[in-house]
Amino acid sequence: MTTSPEELHDVRLHVNGSVHEVRVPARRLLSDALRHDCGLTGTHVGCEHGVCGACTILVDGKPMRSCLMLAVSAVDAEITTVEGLTEDDGTPQGRLSPVQQAFSDCHGLQCGFCTPGFLTTITAGLAENPDPTEDEAREMIAGNLCRCTGYQNIVKSVLRAAELGKGEE
Amino acid sequence: MKPAPFAYLRPATLEDALAALAGQQGAKVLAGGQSLVPLLSMRLAAPSTLVDINALPDLGHVTVTGDGDGAGDGVRIGALARHAEVLASAEAAASQPLLAMALSHVAHPTIRNRGTTVGSLVHADAAAEMPMVLRLLEGSVDVASVRGRRTIPAAELFAGPLESTLAHDEIAVEAFFPALAPGAGVAFQEIARRHGDYALVGVAAHVETEGGEVTRARVGFVSVSDVPVVVDVTGAAQDPEGDPAGAALAELEPADDIHATSAYRAHLVKVLTPRVLADAVHHARQRSAQGKSA
Amino acid sequence: MTTKLFGTKVPRVEDQRFLRGQGRYVDDLLTDDPRLLHAAVLRSPHAHARIVDIDVSDVLDLDGVVAVWTWEDLTGPMAEPLPLLIPHPTLTHGRTQYALAREEVNYVGEAIAFVVAVDRYVAEDAVARIRVDYEYLEPVVGIDAARAAERTVHDDVPDNVGARMEQENGDARAAIAAAPHTLTLELDIERSACTPMEGRGTVARWDPDTSRLTVWSSTQTSTGVRGCVAAKLGLDLARVDVITPDVGGGFGVKVVHPWPEELLVPLAAKTLGRPVKYTEDRREHFISSAHERAQQHHVEVGFDDEGRVLGLNVEFWHDHGAYTPYGLIVPIITSTQLLGPYKPQNYRVVFESLYTNTVIVTPYRGAGRPQGCFVMERTMDAIAAYLGKDRTEVRSTNFIQPDEFPYEHGLIFQDGRELTYDSGDYPASLAKLKELVGWDEFEEFRAEMAAQGRRVGIGLACYVEGTGVGPYEGAHVHIETSGKVKVATGLTTQGQGHQTAFAQIVADTLGVRFEDVEVTTGDTRKMPYAVGTFASRAAVMSGSAIHLAALRAKEKALRIAAEALEASEEDLEIADGVVSVKGTDASIDLGTVAVLSNPLRYAFDEASKAATQFSVGDPGKPPVAEDDEPGLEGKDFYSPPRSTFANGMHAVIVETDPDTAEIRILKYAVVHDCGHLINPMIVEGQIHGGVAQGVGGALYERMAYDESGQLLNASFMDFLMPYVTEVPTSIDIDHLETPSPLNPLGIKGAGEAGVIPSAAVFAAAIEDAEGFPITAMPISPSELFELRLAHADDTTEATTRSTP
Repeated sequence: MTTSPEELHDVRLHVNGSVHEVRVPARRLLSDALRHDCGLTGTHVGCEHGVCGACTILVDGKPMRSCLMLAVSAVDAEITTVEGLTEDDGTPQGRLSPVQQAFSDCHGLQCGFCTPGFLTTITAGLAENPDPTEDEAREMIAGNLCRCTGYQNIVKSVLRAAELGKGEE
Repeated sequence: MKPAPFAYLRPATLEDALAALAGQQGAKVLAGGQSLVPLLSMRLAAPSTLVDINALPDLGHVTVTGDGDGAGDGVRIGALARHAEVLASAEAAASQPLLAMALSHVAHPTIRNRGTTVGSLVHADAAAEMPMVLRLLEGSVDVASVRGRRTIPAAELFAGPLESTLAHDEIAVEAFFPALAPGAGVAFQEIARRHGDYALVGVAAHVETEGGEVTRARVGFVSVSDVPVVVDVTGAAQDPEGDPAGAALAELEPADDIHATSAYRAHLVKVLTPRVLADAVHHARQRSAQGKSA
Repeated sequence: MTTKLFGTKVPRVEDQRFLRGQGRYVDDLLTDDPRLLHAAVLRSPHAHARIVDIDVSDVLDLDGVVAVWTWEDLTGPMAEPLPLLIPHPTLTHGRTQYALAREEVNYVGEAIAFVVAVDRYVAEDAVARIRVDYEYLEPVVGIDAARAAERTVHDDVPDNVGARMEQENGDARAAIAAAPHTLTLELDIERSACTPMEGRGTVARWDPDTSRLTVWSSTQTSTGVRGCVAAKLGLDLARVDVITPDVGGGFGVKVVHPWPEELLVPLAAKTLGRPVKYTEDRREHFISSAHERAQQHHVEVGFDDEGRVLGLNVEFWHDHGAYTPYGLIVPIITSTQLLGPYKPQNYRVVFESLYTNTVIVTPYRGAGRPQGCFVMERTMDAIAAYLGKDRTEVRSTNFIQPDEFPYEHGLIFQDGRELTYDSGDYPASLAKLKELVGWDEFEEFRAEMAAQGRRVGIGLACYVEGTGVGPYEGAHVHIETSGKVKVATGLTTQGQGHQTAFAQIVADTLGVRFEDVEVTTGDTRKMPYAVGTFASRAAVMSGSAIHLAALRAKEKALRIAAEALEASEEDLEIADGVVSVKGTDASIDLGTVAVLSNPLRYAFDEASKAATQFSVGDPGKPPVAEDDEPGLEGKDFYSPPRSTFANGMHAVIVETDPDTAEIRILKYAVVHDCGHLINPMIVEGQIHGGVAQGVGGALYERMAYDESGQLLNASFMDFLMPYVTEVPTSIDIDHLETPSPLNPLGIKGAGEAGVIPSAAVFAAAIEDAEGFPITAMPISPSELFELRLAHADDTTEATTRSTP
């Protein structure tokens, strides 16, 4: 039994302010398209069933699981991945955003695998609630799994990021 | 964990979507995908075609309808309204407070940003909050197909475990959650292993009162049966010596699974039912008092 | 003056790339290589079956499929069983699996066929098309079934017993018989698993021009993988490079080597002449990577009126799953580390290591210690309850005292060496813990809570952890002419911040700027002699080796600088990368010293002019002295006589809901002694992570096998790894620093500690809250509810509890 090649779809993905034209089968998960077709490997895949949160990206500013979306279904969206969080300061690398900087300040990461999902989630969370209480900080990250940090310093990072975001050094 | 191949259509009109669905016995609708995509990736579902309705117009609404007094009062939720949008709607919460009470227990915010309320209803999971809420509130779902439109009352929506009564060519376009009548109250509580997990047991109550006295009391349960289940406990709720949880348990079939024994589930029903009923009665009386003072 | 960095909270250098999404994990590699192929594995759906036939005829017709392997296609060493990595004389019936199953499968998830295709999607399509005829065999699931031995896992292993091992110091049974009091306990622990956020993964590329194989693997041992790949593929070691990229957590499971895919990926890459990648998915991780923890224990203890243990006799049964690639490391650690900070006068331990038709068992963070700690601490609590004594008092009575070190237990540890503790101060640790958790004020708190209808309990648990096991690690320190320092050590890193901690050591030892130090780990091209990262050994082993190597580089730098500055070495000091004569302005940059160390014929930049043949050296002598070599480098190895023993104590206050049986954590306190701290921020992070993993293991996580050997919770939906909402809102930590005399830095390992006492400490606290014994962990609200029902008749026991 031979099979015919799978139908491919031309998809325009808007990621971090750039347009990526990719040719993918309908079943291509958005997480895979970002990582393997767009080369944005900062988005990580930890479970592929929507529970761990490592693959969380921002879709029109809202955190969503990229492993629970199809690339073909993401055509109309503005996508932000971890690579798009740094702020322009004239250098090629860019400056760490307040959330990224807070993670460095507070030792909010160890192996770094879950980190991109936390960074995107918190970035959106602080946009909605720039001054969270400790409980609200916890609630903000309650859908993301981390196996290394025990979350203690991630909660601190959320609060620190809120301070940095308000210009409190 | 990658999906098997499928054909993909992203129609721009409802008519095209319905036609696509009618032409394909193995086609499935993709809305939020938060339940469907994991099933695809685990290859537990392998539709021949996915009909992506995310580009359809006019299905993202969360609208409060009616003049405040009629049978048509309530919240109309379009097929593309995300849980988060329903949860964020102050009008919806004012019309039917149980929506927000239950939605805050649906998975995590990130899932609610993409998952749709209507999609959750027709996924018909007895462990999910919203199908039970629709039954408890005696709401309905409007479905469309090339054959026309029809309204399915909640009591007729759930056929079995993860099985709705929608025909394969039908799309659920809108759900209707009736408004909370004056003198009525609702409450919701659930116990889950982890925050955001499916409930071990979830209980919602809907009571109607007149002059502060309960005239009708119904309780809905999550995860204690293989379909969303609602039990009328009016008699037990009116009787000071009554045992509404006992009355409910007579109608339930709590099962063992890896997270809880059936005895523990039954115990949680006993613990939660009176609490939730009391909360709902309190809510009803509070609303009556506010109604009078207003 | 260079500030001393050792012991300070230096921010991690790793973070920059991780925070920008620029980490390079194994699945990130070669993504832009159009020739890259992807692999998927057909895994057994049955726990126990004979393979009658495998039909792959439908597979190669599938568009995009490149190749498929079954055992029949393997030749030479690849067709033989995988290595038994750590043999032991008592492992009389060790068995390992084949890279691809031959004739029989022994657990759900065992690899049967290996498909390579243009992408993972197509590879999975192909896997679904392979048809296998199985002859079902009845499986052996769980320790009870293994012990009953009505059926066997392997036909040639009678009674399912892979090993039986016994050790004794003194005469435990006689001492128990003669003791004033005795108790017997039955204690169980269930299976759990490491579950790092990143699963396993391997990429390989064969370069036909140079006949070299490069393998990138998400492993805890590059050199281990290298040795196995070379042996199995029949390649000279020199033709194989193994590089460990960024690793998304290990916790033990990634030290097993080789995994079948770690051989099959290189084999496929070499055979096909194209790079091949395998990335394990989450379901595969649950059913085909390793688990740990499941053991049943029978304890007999004899003690005096003070609670002093006079004799301890422990028998236990260890579930090692279907095969024994990692030998007996886990049960040996349980059997020896069970002793904790105590000195039972007479101790006997015997275990049987049993086959079951379930996933293999290899070390998971803690590695047998959580079970041992559970057994010993439950025993201490039982003695206290029996005598009506405070639980801390009974422990104090049994502690090894600070003046008794080195303390010899008269047993052999997991590394084949004597079990001898090097240092510690257990009474001081306990005093700190009682203070930290409010032990003496707890009864007041309990009464306060009881008045509100709330039920609380307190528990504590103590452990000692052998860390930094041998045989050795090495390091290479190279000072470049730019003054930058490149450091290589061979063990791998999985998020512990080694690049930071090791750079701190080098900066201090050499006297260079922290920013100028760059550390490479886990790359066999840079350091081919290494063991791996496990057993809380990285800081102790590589930290010490790096320190020694840096000293050698410094020695040479001082010698060359002394010549250049015409001063004596004793008068020199190095700070911020500059060698200067103390008390003078005379100085020379380390970079210039590096130039001078390497006599040159050619000047390729301004700096190197200083080292050319008409610039330096005594024309009467060889440019490189007979006993010297060019370059400013230092290389050294650290190989300790035995492990160094860290210790700690945890206490927890829990609340159990009288109605719903939910268990909440109100307070968690840790006192931790791992000797000198290189970077307290990193050590505390390790403790946080360990405690959270311990909470998971005690209250949420288990491997739910049904009787047919299917793992029912092989997903993050049902394997309940804690979110932030399930861990303590704060973890109070206090340190004690009792340095190790065994290494130059006085350090002990810290990686595993946080997870060791969890089962013990939660069992103790729940027991204290509920008033009935907790003898099996983990425990869920449903199980607590069932226990309450079972103990409901004995209401007096439930309402009056012994004083803690």
